[in-house]
Amino acid sequence: MPKWFTPAAALCGALFAFSPILIAGAPYESTMGLVQKIFYYHMPSAWMFLLSAIVCGVASARYLAGGHARHDRMAWSAAELTVLFGLVTLVTGPLWARRAWGTWWVWDPRVTSSFVGWMIAVAYLILRRYGGPGSEKLAAGVALFGTANVPFIYISVNYWRTIHPATSVVPTLPVSMGFPLWYCVAMFLLLYVLLLTLRMHVEEQRARLDALYLALDDRS
Amino acid sequence: MRVLRTLAVLVAFVIAPAILTAAQPPRQDEFVPISELPPQEQLPAAPLVIGAYIFVLAVLFAYLYSVASRLKALQRDVTRLEGDLSGRGRS
Repeated sequence: MPKWFTPAAALCGALFAFSPILIAGAPYESTMGLVQKIFYYHMPSAWMFLLSAIVCGVASARYLAGGHARHDRMAWSAAELTVLFGLVTLVTGPLWARRAWGTWWVWDPRVTSSFVGWMIAVAYLILRRYGGPGSEKLAAGVALFGTANVPFIYISVNYWRTIHPATSVVPTLPVSMGFPLWYCVAMFLLLYVLLLTLRMHVEEQRARLDALYLALDDRS
Repeated sequence: MRVLRTLAVLVAFVIAPAILTAAQPPRQDEFVPISELPPQEQLPAAPLVIGAYIFVLAVLFAYLYSVASRLKALQRDVTRLEGDLSGRGRS
């Protein structure tokens, strides 16, 4: 593991421990009240979900072009994190929506395209787990579709009629709400980098184990 | 026969819609803020907020535990195989 990993993990833990205090101190949104505070974890995890889908797609494209195992390991790790952060987004969103919109789920463009993006990442993992030899290239192709879906998820609220807030909300937030939000974004970004590094280390160890088994076979 | 047909048309197009419309709740013309909803339609927000934060932290910890245990098992196997290889190299 890299030297910076342990101090960065400690910093991330401290940021998470302090975040509830910062979020509790943020003012209530005028129409939604307390339930809007889900936003401080919901939106950063949604951004990490989209970032991870992009990382997975870019690494997959590089793997398809160059065939380097490192890019494949990064794509696999990012796909797992896409599923993780996607799950967080798709569960915290309905918890907020139930109170704010009066319903758990609406099939609007933002929610539906996010769900499709999450299912693409799940499909990637299923392919890697059960696809057998050669599935890494097929999965890399699937990851490209996942990345192509990201801009659609992002702009969907601006182009189609939906009850989901538009992308213009974040830049217009007052400092009292914007600071906790950007704090949480930085915290989730650090967590994402740490988890990606850790997950890639798992794949590196797996590759090392495979190489050791081959070396043992050669000697016997 | 004609009278019956006229009655049927009257029921279908005039009386039935009038009854159905009367049975519906009064039409809402504008957006009603959550804070102004009647108490029976309001949901407590605290369980949803607490539930969301507990869910996020539980999922993150579960994933961290899963990755850590996978890494530990792999490192154990790597150490064991390296030992086997160095043992065979010496013999």
